[in-house]
Amino acid sequence: MQQDILLKVTDLHAAIDGREILKGIDLEIHPGEVHAIMGPNGSGKSTLSGVLAGDPRYTVTAGSATFHGVDLLALAPENRSHEGLFLSFQYPVEIPGVSMVNFMRAAVNAKREYLGEPPLSASDFLKLMRNKRAVVELDNKLASRSVNEGFSGGEKKRNEIFQMAMLEPRLSILDETDSGLDIDALRIVASGVNKLKTQHNATIVITHYQRLLDYIRPDFVHILYKGRIVHSGGPELALELEEKGYDWIKQQVDNDEQQQ
Amino acid sequence: MDQTDKNISEQNASDDIIRDATQGEYKYGFVSDIDTHRIERGLSEDVVRTISRLKDEPEWLLDFRLKAYRYWLTLEMPQWAHLDIPPIDYQAISYYAAPSAAKRPESLDEVDPQILDTFNRLGIPLQEQKALAGMAVDAVMDSVSVKTTHREALAEKGIIFCSFSEAVKDYPDLVRRYLGSVVSYRDNFFAALNSAVFSDGSFVYIPKGVRCPMELSTYFRINAAGTGQFERTLIVADDDSYVSYLEGCTAPMRDENQLHAAIVEIIVEDRAEVKYSTVQNWYAGDAEGRGGVYNFVTKRGLCRGYASKLSWTQVETGSAITWKYPGCILRGDNSTGEFYSVAVTNNRQQADTGTKMIHIGRNTRSTIVSKGISAGRSQNSYRGLVKVAPGAEGARNYTQCDSLLLGDRCGAHTFPYVDVLNPTAVVEHEATTSKISEQQLFYCNQRGIPTEQAVGLIVNGYAKEVMNKLPMEFAVEAQKLLSITLEGSVG
Amino acid sequence: MMNSSNNALQQYLELHDAHREAIDAHSAAPMRALRSRARLRLEPPARLPRKADEGYARTDIDAIFAPDFGINIMRVPAPVDIAASLRCDIPNISTLMAVVAGDEFRPTDTLVRNMPAGVTLTSFSEAEKTMPGLVAGYLGRLADADEGADTATLLNSLLAQDGVLLHVSAGTVCTKPLQLVNIFNAGIPTLAARRVLIVLEPGASASLLVCDHTQSRGIACLASEVTEIFLGNGARLDYCHLEESNPDTSRVASLHASVGADATLDINGSTLSGGRTRNSYTVHLDHPGAQARIAGMAIASGTQHTDNNTFIHHHAPHCTSSQLFKYILDGSASGAFRGLIRVDQDAAFTEAYQTNRNLLASEQATMHTEPQLEIYCDEVKCGHGATTGQLDQAAMFYMRSRGIPQAQARMMLMQAFMADVVDTIAIPSLRDRLRMLVERRLNGQQTACGDCAAACAPAPSTQP
Repeated sequence: MQQDILLKVTDLHAAIDGREILKGIDLEIHPGEVHAIMGPNGSGKSTLSGVLAGDPRYTVTAGSATFHGVDLLALAPENRSHEGLFLSFQYPVEIPGVSMVNFMRAAVNAKREYLGEPPLSASDFLKLMRNKRAVVELDNKLASRSVNEGFSGGEKKRNEIFQMAMLEPRLSILDETDSGLDIDALRIVASGVNKLKTQHNATIVITHYQRLLDYIRPDFVHILYKGRIVHSGGPELALELEEKGYDWIKQQVDNDEQQQ
Repeated sequence: MDQTDKNISEQNASDDIIRDATQGEYKYGFVSDIDTHRIERGLSEDVVRTISRLKDEPEWLLDFRLKAYRYWLTLEMPQWAHLDIPPIDYQAISYYAAPSAAKRPESLDEVDPQILDTFNRLGIPLQEQKALAGMAVDAVMDSVSVKTTHREALAEKGIIFCSFSEAVKDYPDLVRRYLGSVVSYRDNFFAALNSAVFSDGSFVYIPKGVRCPMELSTYFRINAAGTGQFERTLIVADDDSYVSYLEGCTAPMRDENQLHAAIVEIIVEDRAEVKYSTVQNWYAGDAEGRGGVYNFVTKRGLCRGYASKLSWTQVETGSAITWKYPGCILRGDNSTGEFYSVAVTNNRQQADTGTKMIHIGRNTRSTIVSKGISAGRSQNSYRGLVKVAPGAEGARNYTQCDSLLLGDRCGAHTFPYVDVLNPTAVVEHEATTSKISEQQLFYCNQRGIPTEQAVGLIVNGYAKEVMNKLPMEFAVEAQKLLSITLEGSVG
Repeated sequence: MMNSSNNALQQYLELHDAHREAIDAHSAAPMRALRSRARLRLEPPARLPRKADEGYARTDIDAIFAPDFGINIMRVPAPVDIAASLRCDIPNISTLMAVVAGDEFRPTDTLVRNMPAGVTLTSFSEAEKTMPGLVAGYLGRLADADEGADTATLLNSLLAQDGVLLHVSAGTVCTKPLQLVNIFNAGIPTLAARRVLIVLEPGASASLLVCDHTQSRGIACLASEVTEIFLGNGARLDYCHLEESNPDTSRVASLHASVGADATLDINGSTLSGGRTRNSYTVHLDHPGAQARIAGMAIASGTQHTDNNTFIHHHAPHCTSSQLFKYILDGSASGAFRGLIRVDQDAAFTEAYQTNRNLLASEQATMHTEPQLEIYCDEVKCGHGATTGQLDQAAMFYMRSRGIPQAQARMMLMQAFMADVVDTIAIPSLRDRLRMLVERRLNGQQTACGDCAAACAPAPSTQP
């Protein structure tokens, strides 16, 4: 089955403070797919999401990433967003003094400008906010506060999915969106993600645990270890990991390394 | 059963600490009856020449002293500190006093038993067999270095640890190269005075790549009456070396004030690290403020090398007046400076102390943690400078400066100066001032802990972040000192 | 005026000594008494503070006063079109406004017609007629009284010939904000010695907005301003100062306040554009329950220099004070902040906090900070925090990842940085106005008299 390729990552290497974290990532994602990326701590999961979104702390040292044909790595972070890439942060940033409304309006209108569309009127924008808030049951009060300031862990994650709803991305990367969530918040967040899923967009779910994958069913599961995808499979791989932990994978990889 | 035994023994141990802590009197306040050679009181060019002659110094060192002396004559005592300093009669001080054994003892047998006894009473192990494993000691009595221990063991590694006078004789090139290179005789009034009349002190050189296997330590003791103490310490840590250096100070109880004006210079080369720890317990004067040491000290290190590191830790409990700002000049790229300080003042003590962090190199880091505790009628000030020069790309400083007030007649003050001349720098300063928490005291009282002891506990907890930076042997002593200094301050 | 000495003070003393009669003849009576005392205290070795003097680490007052400024001794009316300046108003509130042209007080008709009962906003000379003795009873009691009164303040006492009195009688609540617009429109380099006296009797309440503008271009102006504030028990004053002048205009100002029992003083001082600015605030919390909140900001570019100096003195128990100063420095701008909290031994149950945060937005910008605590009492909660750094890079990336372009994200973060200073202003319309001015300033637009269509043609931008 030949489909359009949404994201193609080839031999991607990246470093932070001169330390190489990603050591050759290959990944191909098509519209409509959900990919889970799992792996032990320090394997490079968050680095991968940061590099794709353009976090300036990371330096790409080799490889390429194309996003529906566009050279992703050549774009400024804001333009990657305009092109339809969304990163749900593991630790959403608090921005005191910037209200959620101003923040989102700036984001939505910057994207519209990029796409050559006129800015939304204030009333249309507020209507849009109202509609999208419902997706993750985000309280109106939160929407009127400063960005993430004083939000609980669960509220921050819901706010991330709310922003995802507002920006209607083609590819969403959920970086440990389940961490720090209780079961109710997890369900709300996951159902928000599922509501936003279509034939035309795709999702990368980065997680430690099977738990989130009970709610967001992946089509593919990849295991990241020491900066490489060392194993890929279907949803059953996640269950296997849940049962056996990461040690067998680590052992396998470490043995291979020794033999080399 | 075991549990009960353990509780009882813990109880006994803590009783000991309490007893120690509540004895209260300045236990180092004895005077040793040692025959002392002392030159006439007064300061003049002749006196400077006499000191140099007595020490049989080379011409260049006499020149250095004379230049410093002439410069000192042009200066006036600095007035900017938050201190009330009575006029000091510099002609009433004897600038050189030495225990009068004619020359430096070759072995312990030659050391005046009184001196040995003095240092033993101070808990300073001169006798090597009793020495705490892992600590070499240079003991300075009044103006001269009395004995340096563990020299042979250190020499095997190429480490030089000796009195300043010996260093002048044995390693003149090293001394000449570094003397005054970090603290110029023109630096300030007391630096000029010290440079003119300094008597002795310690010299340390750690060669390239050597980790000094033991703590090096100097104990300073003023004994003779009517003398000042003006020692110099010079530490050079060559590339990739490490040394931890400890300094302790005590003085007898005397009614008149004694003057102590020292200089410490430290040079840290590429990737080398120096830890300098001080427990300063000069006699603080009595409850009415009579007597006590005037402690005017200039301490500064130059982190000259790439990724070099200098860490100052000080516990200041003594002296009638303390005026001291151990600093770091962070010239090497990626170099690090640290300053951890606990300053306690009680009765009529006055302290104006802090640090200077001068960021010159790129990616330089500095951390300042200062804990001031004032009690009685004392005045306790933190004064610190953080300067980021235009070329110091990516410099970082964090300063935390807390003051605790015990009693309503004392003062706690904070005077930071922050100068940022590079836009990539991040400099943060936080300070708080409060009294000891009544809720914490009540909580302790309710659990049966008397107020005085509770204060000791709480204060030690408050100071813990700094105390933890001290080497183990010092930390225990410093903890007791804190409690003793604050004896009678609450209630 | 000859600049005959390397001491800037000298030329003013010579001017004074040569023209003492003319100066006195054109002065309000209370200024004459102040002048005689000031002259005595300006004998050598008095001099204006220089760089590196204690408290003046980065600001050379002597150099600011050194140019050969003209002083309008004969009080020739300045050519300021009040009608045009009237347009310089705050949208959505009608303030009761007066103009100070150079150093000459000119009430508007609206002000004269609508002055509420119990409220007086007038010149010292007029006040002598209607409330004789009132000004003399207060004038100089704070600013000139200190042994340590600085030389620039004494020089103001020497040169000021009249001043502005705001008096609110006991229990009177003045709901309409009052406004003073200080305007320079000079044909030659000019020094204006401005003097303000604010007396709120017990239980009185008022708000005053003071704006500094310069209409003339390319001509050096220097505003010397001394403000004294007396708040009776339970009184409340909101004092807001907005400096929007130009790079040729310098300002050396000191404000001195005495706050009565349970009285509240709120100050917001914002420097959006100007040349060299030195504001010093001395606040005495004299009686139990007194409260002071001082906030300030500086947004500086070009070669602008802004120096704020505060001294909050807690004399009595149960007083609170807070300070919040923020700077954004671009271009070759330099900033200085020095703030001292002193708590006397009798001032138990004091709460005093101070915050200074600064953003350096360019290679050449520099900042000097001295936050100070001097505490002689143990029943206190005091603290200060100071930071100098850059915009939060994590926040920047977060915003960009949501599609907000870098320049816009930077702007939004800078506005957000100033948000809490703006929020200290109690009058909503004034708050909105300042928010808008900050936004325009950060966008690099000339902001002076934003809504004023008249004399204030935009000057060349000071932005790089």
